[in-house]
Amino acid sequence: MSTYLQGILILAGINLIAVLGLSLLTGFTGSFCFGQAGFLAVGAYVSTLITMKFNMPFPISLVTGMMAAGLISILLGYPTLKLKGDYFAIATLGFSEAIRLVIENLDKITGGARGIPSIPTRTTLPLVILIAFIATVCIRFYVISKHGRNSIAVREDETAAQSIGINTFRYKQISFFINCLLAGLAGGLLAHYVGFIQPAMFGIIKSTELIVMVIFGGMHSVTGAALAAVILTALPEILRAAAAWRLVAYGAVVVFIMVVRPEGLLGSWELSWTSLRILWASLKPSLPQKR
Amino acid sequence: MILQQIINGISIGAVYALIAVGYSLVYSVLNFSNFAQGEILMIGAYIGFFALTLLNLPFSIAIAIAMIGAGIVAILLEKIGYRPLRLRSSPLLYFMISAMGLSIFLQNFTIVTIGPNFRTYPPDVIDTKPFSIGGVYIGRLDLMIFAITVISLMLLTWFIYQTKQGTAIRAASYNMRVASLMGINPDWIVSIVFFLAGATAGVGGMLFGMKYTVYPWMGILTIKAFIAAVVGGLGSLPGAVAGAFILGITETFVAAYVSSAFRDLFSFALMILIIVIRPGGLMGVVTQEKA
Repeated sequence: MSTYLQGILILAGINLIAVLGLSLLTGFTGSFCFGQAGFLAVGAYVSTLITMKFNMPFPISLVTGMMAAGLISILLGYPTLKLKGDYFAIATLGFSEAIRLVIENLDKITGGARGIPSIPTRTTLPLVILIAFIATVCIRFYVISKHGRNSIAVREDETAAQSIGINTFRYKQISFFINCLLAGLAGGLLAHYVGFIQPAMFGIIKSTELIVMVIFGGMHSVTGAALAAVILTALPEILRAAAAWRLVAYGAVVVFIMVVRPEGLLGSWELSWTSLRILWASLKPSLPQKR
Repeated sequence: MILQQIINGISIGAVYALIAVGYSLVYSVLNFSNFAQGEILMIGAYIGFFALTLLNLPFSIAIAIAMIGAGIVAILLEKIGYRPLRLRSSPLLYFMISAMGLSIFLQNFTIVTIGPNFRTYPPDVIDTKPFSIGGVYIGRLDLMIFAITVISLMLLTWFIYQTKQGTAIRAASYNMRVASLMGINPDWIVSIVFFLAGATAGVGGMLFGMKYTVYPWMGILTIKAFIAAVVGGLGSLPGAVAGAFILGITETFVAAYVSSAFRDLFSFALMILIIVIRPGGLMGVVTQEKA
């Protein structure tokens, strides 16, 4: 396989991991997170610093990056998730901007705006595929578990969910925590694949791209979001000529989806063997029934 | 020196106030925050810029055009992006996503069509030389920004408290459904509210553009205005103004005496502190969501 194709696949896998958490948080729990890039940045910087300053093995630095992002989710989620969604959206957006400023100004540790060059590249394609697969399966099973169904109830109607005894705040916090763990993991993988990180990589555009993937693929479908992550990572590579118009189109498509089909590409339909078999059966010309 | 900082703070606070009022106005009637407000500000700034440079219009007419233009754009955005969702009574999440889509679209459309470069307002529009009173320098521009803000806010207050349409807006902010039973057309009220919010944002954008520069992603500035609206209490107009000046002044002090890098971090910390201590803001009321 050419390194170019391999590179696209690795990036698609990393985006997929970051999008899975967002799908759980925004799609299934209904909390709009506008600052996913900030959590990616935390994972990327923490894992890179662990690798480079302490010479730790790759798995340890990845897990530390995940934990750092998870810790922040607890600190940030505690005050903001109790309130209406507006506050949470702005708090995550504000956090991702603030973390970028902090990274830019902690010159001695993070290299400031210039970033950290020559990070040992340790992310390989099989590793990314393995992690992406495990994460997809885990999130899918979480969503259909009792806890996942509770999260969906929170999304559908918070007051009603509360009245049947669901601790809505706790489920929002769990979803946010899982989202940040996955974002931190994706950030660590990204840093150890590209070999170079700088604050500009984790701007609002990155957050936008990730949330658009969730909306595009289907707010209520784990595999839909995963599919959209792969497609929307590969698409810009094919449509290089129209690069400038890409974000214009994203914006228009997002509004269009919200107005016409808010549930997104796949809606709540999941990609699985059963659903594929049903689809296949419906496509087959129906045989005349025997009398 | 302290007095000087207060004056600088009031100057930036005045711009925040204009935008924060728009947030609060929309929130008080529709119960959601129009996160595309920032892009309306940007469009207002560009309209004002081109009215001054391409059409060579005098300043007073340019600011009126920016105001009306931004107001009309705001109405259009509402009709395209929010009205279909409003009629379906979609969850809050969809409004936020639609707002994000509109923002991405407008911002990148501006980048693609007008260009990503920073533009400065022509220097000869108004006399910007500062003058000093007792050793304190007051920029003529700052004074003018303050005056225009006060005039705009007085006009807005007059409209909302003295006219028939204003009474209808206040009725709608208590209860949209009952108001529409009394013969108030909700679509008309929402259009007026968006026009007012857009017009104030347009003026704010033009003033900000004159003080600093105009660029496609200047809408990010409205995060600060949102914070100001939250600090003052979302949905309360006097609260929004008070919050804006509090934020403007404290922020300037942090920038001057602590570090300019931590100014934005401070603003977000202030917002989180406020919503932990007093979720309704300084002058807002905490509303319990009912089924």
